[in-house]
Amino acid sequence: MKPSAFDYFRPSSLDEALEQLAACGAGAKVIAGGQSLGPMLNMRLAMPSALIDLNDLTELAHIRDAGETLVIGALTRHDGIAQSSLVQARCPLLAQAAQTIGHYAIRQRGTIGGSLAHADPAAQFPLIAMTLGADIEIAGRRGSRRVAAADFFVSVMATALAPDEIIRCVHFPTAGASEGSAFRTFNRRHGDYAIVAAATTVALDGDRATRVRLGLSGIGATPQSLDAVVRPFAGRVADATWAAEVARAVRAAVSPEDDPRMPAVYRKELTETLVTRALVSAVGRAKGLTP
Amino acid sequence: MSQVEERSITLTVNGQNHELHVQPRKLLADALREDCHLTGTHVGCEHGVCGACTVLVDGKPVRSCLTYAIQMEGHEVSTVESVAIDGALSPLQQALHEAHGLQCGFCTPGIVMTFEAYLKRNPEPSDAEIRDVLSGNLCRCTGYQNIVKAIQKAAEQMRRNTDYVAP
Repeated sequence: MKPSAFDYFRPSSLDEALEQLAACGAGAKVIAGGQSLGPMLNMRLAMPSALIDLNDLTELAHIRDAGETLVIGALTRHDGIAQSSLVQARCPLLAQAAQTIGHYAIRQRGTIGGSLAHADPAAQFPLIAMTLGADIEIAGRRGSRRVAAADFFVSVMATALAPDEIIRCVHFPTAGASEGSAFRTFNRRHGDYAIVAAATTVALDGDRATRVRLGLSGIGATPQSLDAVVRPFAGRVADATWAAEVARAVRAAVSPEDDPRMPAVYRKELTETLVTRALVSAVGRAKGLTP
Repeated sequence: MSQVEERSITLTVNGQNHELHVQPRKLLADALREDCHLTGTHVGCEHGVCGACTVLVDGKPVRSCLTYAIQMEGHEVSTVESVAIDGALSPLQQALHEAHGLQCGFCTPGIVMTFEAYLKRNPEPSDAEIRDVLSGNLCRCTGYQNIVKAIQKAAEQMRRNTDYVAP
């Protein structure tokens, strides 16, 4: 057996899960899809005393249209998000990113709540939550609270979640009219974690960008919003020259870690390339020229 | 936790119930091989990367090295042993054989299970779609070309078998 011994609980409601989590104490871990936690257990990087299995909590598996937001339950699987016509129509950036997570079998099992709680700095959902300014709704025994993505991700695999809390759902702002979005990721093998990934939305009035949002992963301990850097470029004609200029400004603004295997200059180069491509693609979509 | 008691569970595999006594940490892959004696499911990397251990849970492909047997109570597990009926290979297995989609065969059970499920959902996949799904199964012998050919061949055969009408 690969993992070290653990006790196992399979609650049938969120309230029961929260009680069990509190009763088990700090050594317990919540498991949903297990696509990140499973490898860590097999390699004994994590040795929890107990696993609390959320897979029976169907109350947490949902995608709801709440007008200006889509509310996605924590137990919703990556594939369910990628394939959802509601997500594709109302929050296409999220659907596009979900389609690129790991591999087909991983997407059948992995969950959005698990991905956010795990907070791998290279993962797709934390980046999209950051880019779109999603709120993460957290359940605890003393009630629920909502935390903005910008406050939720603290560092590498560290979040604002307390040890006795569980993510209930995520509120994603939906796409506006005449807004296009795009996600670009670069890795060495299909399905690997991103070396750098870029997510953007561009809203247009005619040819001019009215609002630009940009998020990046791979340049820091958490996904970053570059909205402050791209904001001055709103109001201009969003053509290829504009995209290249925005991307150069973004490149100048980021300071990724310098790692002998992955020099900072390489990540900066990737950043510029991916941001250019993402912007051009988002503008094309905002104009209805490309699907 | 040094001592965790074994639990009695019922594991439903290929339509048969198996009564097992397992620790919660027992991987589904190990339970299938060691307790159910179904050794068609292969264990490669044991951390979800290689895809050799892929089985179906309620019809969906799942890494059996990243799930625990105890989690499968109340669910239906299908392994490669369920694919051939009365010794007759499935169209996918037959196509892998005919198109030389395997050499050593270690990765093959995972590929068979992944695409038995995927071709039901997408009966007319493009090569790009096949490659996207196949990226989750490592094969070190074939170079993948003949696996893609075999899957296309199987999809074609399955469409013929079911009088498939293109959308």
